[in-house]
Amino acid sequence: MSSWFERMSEGLSRSRQRFVESMNVLLDRGPYLDQSFWDGLEETLILGDIGAETALEIVDHLQDQAARKALPDAYAVLSLLADQIAERFTPGGEEILEGEEGSVVLFVGINGTGKTTTVGKIAKEATDGGRHVLLGSADTFRAAAIEQLEVWADRANVEIVTRKRGSDPASVCYETIERGEAVGADLILIDTAGRLHTSADLMRELEKVVSVVRKRSKLPVYTVLVIDATTGQNGLAQAKEFHKALNLDGLILTKLDGTAKGGIALAVSSELELPIIKIGVGEAIEDLDDFDAHDFSEALIGDFSEQV
Amino acid sequence: MLESLSEKLQDVFDRLRGKGRLTEEDINEAMREIRLALLEADVNFKVVKSFVNRTKERCLEADVLESLTPTQNVIKIVLDELTTLLGQTDSKLVLSSRIPNVIMLVGLQGSGKTTAAAKLAYRLMQENHSPLLVACDVYRPAAADQLQTLGGEIGVRVYRGEGQDPVKIAREGVQDAIDNLRDVVIIDTAGRLHVDEEMMAEAVAIKEAVKPDQILMVVDAMTGQDVVSVVEAFAQEVDFDGVIMAKMDGDARGGGALSIREVTGKPIKFISSGEKPDSLEEFHPDRMAKRILGMGDMVSLIESAVRVQQDEQEAVEAERISRGQITLDDFLTMNRQVRKMGGIARLISALPGGDRALNSGQVDEGVLDSMETIINSMTKQERQKPDILNGSRRARIAAGAGVSVTEVNQLIKKFNETRKTVKQMMAQFGVTGTGKGKRGRRRRPMNLPGMDAMGGLDSLSMSDIQHFQDMMDNNAR
Repeated sequence: MSSWFERMSEGLSRSRQRFVESMNVLLDRGPYLDQSFWDGLEETLILGDIGAETALEIVDHLQDQAARKALPDAYAVLSLLADQIAERFTPGGEEILEGEEGSVVLFVGINGTGKTTTVGKIAKEATDGGRHVLLGSADTFRAAAIEQLEVWADRANVEIVTRKRGSDPASVCYETIERGEAVGADLILIDTAGRLHTSADLMRELEKVVSVVRKRSKLPVYTVLVIDATTGQNGLAQAKEFHKALNLDGLILTKLDGTAKGGIALAVSSELELPIIKIGVGEAIEDLDDFDAHDFSEALIGDFSEQV
Repeated sequence: MLESLSEKLQDVFDRLRGKGRLTEEDINEAMREIRLALLEADVNFKVVKSFVNRTKERCLEADVLESLTPTQNVIKIVLDELTTLLGQTDSKLVLSSRIPNVIMLVGLQGSGKTTAAAKLAYRLMQENHSPLLVACDVYRPAAADQLQTLGGEIGVRVYRGEGQDPVKIAREGVQDAIDNLRDVVIIDTAGRLHVDEEMMAEAVAIKEAVKPDQILMVVDAMTGQDVVSVVEAFAQEVDFDGVIMAKMDGDARGGGALSIREVTGKPIKFISSGEKPDSLEEFHPDRMAKRILGMGDMVSLIESAVRVQQDEQEAVEAERISRGQITLDDFLTMNRQVRKMGGIARLISALPGGDRALNSGQVDEGVLDSMETIINSMTKQERQKPDILNGSRRARIAAGAGVSVTEVNQLIKKFNETRKTVKQMMAQFGVTGTGKGKRGRRRRPMNLPGMDAMGGLDSLSMSDIQHFQDMMDNNAR
């Protein structure tokens, strides 16, 4: 079993190569577009967590196109497919981390998706890119969350604003922004406590935190949802609730170094019109990448392409 | 957490319910929808496939018309299969006689191991054990601090050791338990990806060093299709004994839970919901299956109705009742049936608003007893033809039953209402008196004395039952 990301980064060229080779071999007797092909395609998409309904929709649409354009074989369909998936992603979001006037970014999400780790990685990447980064730890709830972010601040060699566990997260944010202004930081990253989207109290608390930040900050404020690639269809429910409460600006998809394909990100990105601004691909500080819709889409159907 | 799945399944059943008899096409249509509902709930694709095939086969085979209604039969089959999928028996955490017992927790990053470790320790403490928590996550920054803090909050000793060798820390942890007279050691390990060979080897090394009595895998309830590759890899390499499903307090439909047992044969032992230390519950597959279908105890109610019917189904009587001609003897029989099915409170609480009625004392549990006494004080003729009950007969019956005449009058009033309802129901279902050969298939009307015109079970929709289930859950809490 190889890692999903390995396939995406290195394996892709290999599988593309294999793809072309097998295409040449089978040029005029390529796999027929029979029912088992369409079923297999549907299965691949569903197993990629794209969602059963979206999968059926994509397959139906392709089937229609294949008939209409008289596509010769499976390969022609597959190349069309990756484009179609890629097109569904919402592009943009560069201003969130790379805006000229700087920004304050709050990282939100349910428990255990990798918010703190992501903040650490972005701090390092942005610092290396010449930004003056300041971290704020507004997760004053989870045991040792502050200590965890402190370690990342140390690794990325950036300053961090903390208060002791149990303090008001809004006041930590306030203090972080003040400190940011004092030292002239142009990228303020704020880690918030993980919370389930179904917990009304905690969602209200987060709303308050974000509105305090929006009121206080002179820099533009963005909220970014961190989603775990292993998440299933519930990811959309999560994203909707967070979006409703906070009016999100972007997504970060983490843990793409496993075998999960993160298909739920497609649903979230297209339905809520949110760009994916980064992907997390490991535990090390440099394991952060830009999102490429086309690579992602090809990797999503990679297994199937290889079978065909 | 499984509400949305049960809602979807209930929609499917509601649609079936609208049909008197089911064709193969109806079953196929229902199975297509069940398939989608399960997939949307993140049940693994392959698991869904075999589940749907098995269920469909049984539904088409089943002699659906012979019991209550075809739809209920289909629901029952789906329930059976769901329960099988989840594992048929409860799988508890059984500690061995070895002191100290060692429990090791494994799982992906962020699945909730550390939180689960603390909850497990809390639970064991409640059961009069004295657990020790061992922090073997040397990678995630401040992981040991987190466990230390949680341990401190629930008053459980935490061993965190020195250095960066989790195998050594685990071994020392067991020794620490011996030195400090702890009888259960809970080893919290680092989150690891199933594809990370080095980390998987480390987990095996810890396992070999401390020989755990139980290895529990912590799985996030929100995990999607990939849960299968993850648990398969862990099962193969670390070979765990059971699963703790974490984050069950969200609204994930928990399809992962449905897939794990089927794929690995490993049981789910606990479900963990919430951040409080006491939110770790034992997992009951049958209850979970019922929750998924949103039916609570409705199924066993249906089952007992089937049993009762089979016991005393008399075709001739059923025929007469189907014409709406019921007598006080039938009333008595119904009464007894209700009693066999668990009594009036159980039936009423299964109806929308029933719980409220029970709580506010509007339903008198003793009403069946007094009714029976009154009817027993009547002559045979009076029972067959209640219309002859005049004032003096009523007075005699009241004296014989030791009640007031008003109570006899009330009974007769209820009986008349029931008779009217039965007639209406029969008209509604288009069942008329004659027709040979259909006898066995006719449904026995069931109206419940004392429930006024609340209607029978058949007028319940699945959403009513869901509603009822929610109320039950709320009350239980």
